[in-house]
Amino acid sequence: MSSHDQGVYEEDLAPGDEHSQVLAGVRGYAVGLILATGLTATSFWVAATHSLWGPGVPIGLCVLAIAQMGIHLAFFLHITTGPDNTNNVLALAFGVLIVFLVVAGSLWIMANMNANMMPMPMNQMTNLQMQHG
Amino acid sequence: MLGKLTLAAIPFDEPIPLATSVVLIVVIGSLLTWITVKGYWAYLYREWFTSVDHKRIGVMYCLLALVMLLRGFADALMMRSQQAMAIAGAPGYLPPEHYDQIFSAHGTIMIFFTAMPFVIGLMNFVLPLQLGVRDVAFPTLNSVSFWLTASGVLLINVSLVIGEFARTGWLAYPPLSELKYSPGVGVDYYLWSLQIAGVGTLLSGINLVTTILKMRAPGMTLTRMPVFCWTSLASNLLIVAAFPILTATFAMLSLDRYLGFHFFTDDAGGNSMMYMNLIWAWGHPEVYILILPSFGIFSEVISTFSGKPLFGYRSMIAATMAICVLSFLVWLHHFFTMGAGADVNAFFGITTMIIAVPTGVKVFNWLFTMYGGRVRFTVPIWWSLSFMVTFVIGGMTGVLLAVPPADFVLHNSLFLVAHFHNVIIGGVLFGVFAGYTYWFPKAFGFTLHEGWGKAAVFCWTLGFYLAFMPLYVLGLMGATRRMQHIDDPSWTPMLYVAMVGALVIAAGILCLVIQLVVSIRDRDNRRDLTGDPWDGRSLEWATPSPPPVFNFAVMPNVEGEEAYWGIKRTAIEQQRLADEPQYEAIEMPHNSPTGVITAFFASVMGFAMIWHIWWMVILGALGAFATFVWFAWRDEDEYEIPAEEVARIDRERRRVRTEVLLPSLSRPA
Repeated sequence: MSSHDQGVYEEDLAPGDEHSQVLAGVRGYAVGLILATGLTATSFWVAATHSLWGPGVPIGLCVLAIAQMGIHLAFFLHITTGPDNTNNVLALAFGVLIVFLVVAGSLWIMANMNANMMPMPMNQMTNLQMQHG
Repeated sequence: MLGKLTLAAIPFDEPIPLATSVVLIVVIGSLLTWITVKGYWAYLYREWFTSVDHKRIGVMYCLLALVMLLRGFADALMMRSQQAMAIAGAPGYLPPEHYDQIFSAHGTIMIFFTAMPFVIGLMNFVLPLQLGVRDVAFPTLNSVSFWLTASGVLLINVSLVIGEFARTGWLAYPPLSELKYSPGVGVDYYLWSLQIAGVGTLLSGINLVTTILKMRAPGMTLTRMPVFCWTSLASNLLIVAAFPILTATFAMLSLDRYLGFHFFTDDAGGNSMMYMNLIWAWGHPEVYILILPSFGIFSEVISTFSGKPLFGYRSMIAATMAICVLSFLVWLHHFFTMGAGADVNAFFGITTMIIAVPTGVKVFNWLFTMYGGRVRFTVPIWWSLSFMVTFVIGGMTGVLLAVPPADFVLHNSLFLVAHFHNVIIGGVLFGVFAGYTYWFPKAFGFTLHEGWGKAAVFCWTLGFYLAFMPLYVLGLMGATRRMQHIDDPSWTPMLYVAMVGALVIAAGILCLVIQLVVSIRDRDNRRDLTGDPWDGRSLEWATPSPPPVFNFAVMPNVEGEEAYWGIKRTAIEQQRLADEPQYEAIEMPHNSPTGVITAFFASVMGFAMIWHIWWMVILGALGAFATFVWFAWRDEDEYEIPAEEVARIDRERRRVRTEVLLPSLSRPA
């Protein structure tokens, strides 16, 4: 982006866009830090509190975790939807795809292995029970 | 003070490792003495060890790979001769504990320290030239990557002299690799040499992905890049995605071994099946990390020597990227027999068969590129032809192994061994040899001897078939892999043929060595003065051979696929080169010892971890970290090449180009 464009689009920056001025940049990181800290604190509160319905807690934690990822991507890793950010977005998409494939595949495979495990004598079962939880 | 390290670590009582160690020490010692006597140290340090030039780093990677090929192949010869001797009660000459180290070292060295450095070295050398840029995105990081790989090589070779290597096979499956069953330092040597080299590979992957995505010459859109750049992009994306899995898995095994964790142990809730799952989630992409750049090399070679644009350029890109994603969907086929159900096995069996489709597309594209072309039968094209025949056989046995019921019969057999050697030798190795011959004149300014090159192709091809076709047969007869002795005397003829095959491959390696020596000796008659010895089509051939440190005086303007071919055609049609550009001073990065120093401390740390010398671990870690800090605080990182110097070098290049492309103009009337 040239300095001329900078003036025109000054107000048109996405939250995560990198700023040319130091002050604006610092402000972006500060907002990110506050949001991230807030989400972390909320997670601790959710885990400890009894004011939420018990089984809903894990779901709440997942939502907070995903929001946390979003904050990190936007404010710290500067992922935006701008045209000069296509590479980063594609790289992110590729990463998410691979993580999904490996995690989901591993869970599926390992669950299948455990389910197909041959019955074992009792002394070995104690070890396996720890895996099944 | 020295942890577990005592004099007993040196194998005085075992004649073979001891003799090998002595020979190794004598060879290295005399090499170092020769360098000292000739006074080459300062030159080597200044121009090579601290170099951040992608071309020099690429050359060092390839040299490292060639040296380690010799080491890995020595292991192969020992295995084949042991199996040819130890039949029906004969003991052979390698005791089991030594034989187990040899097959583990052979696999580890060939994959991590031969195939990987060779492929990364070629990518390093070629990519910036093909993309029309001056270096990779992070030149100093590139040097760090190389030296970390060299550090891994150092550690794995130290295991020959001090201590022992793993006896666990090249992937160190637990529970065998756990402390309970492998109490020695062998597995630790394995873990730390691969951890350190793995970090180097990961950094290199990040570097090259960034280079391809961010640093192309003006006009070089993604769909104008040569196919080698595309396959390298896919390969490096896979490195970035897969190597963290390897690092994490090895870290967990290290925690088991060092701090009594139970990730993969038999007891206390550990699950060794998780290790197989994770290691292959890295391991399968890894084989595509190796083969994809080779596919790219064949594409360049076949197109250049057929005198035609590559057939189906876009389908080649699609096939490459399809393989890139599919390679992360097949890893279970390495452990079909571990106990997953029929549904899981069927899913991964089918994805494995599907991955053969884009590969098939590529083979047909190469065939159609040659069809109707005026093929020049040079050494690279001979490697490519040998590859196409051999690799298709390996691919078909692969599809056979992808059928789970067939795999239940063939897993862990010599059939499997024959299959993966078929694709790795016939695919990866033939590919890097083709690339080595093809780009050698670009790197050094003279071509390699044709006759010895063709002899090498012939010996490697014949040797491969003699060595591995019998293993297919033996595998079908029930021979399992990694056997120190053979009980069934009826297998003797096949094992003898395989032994002869290994000797023919040895002749092939000898041909490669002779080719190099002869070419260096006759280099004055073999000079490539034009910079374009093969009538090439991509931008690396637009530079002189060897290219100046800045590669391109001005960024080339790319106006279509096959950038340099277009420039050449235009020049011939218009009977003049493009107008002389306005030369400007060029800033290039300073050489930096960061890589060597970091790798030195990493080696110290690795060695200390292996022998439990804790103070030295801290020393190594602090040293490596301090080097990074020191590098980050540097004041000046670039020097300037003045415009007159750039102009002088480029005017010379233009003069030569005019002579070559437009002979009528340069001849006095």
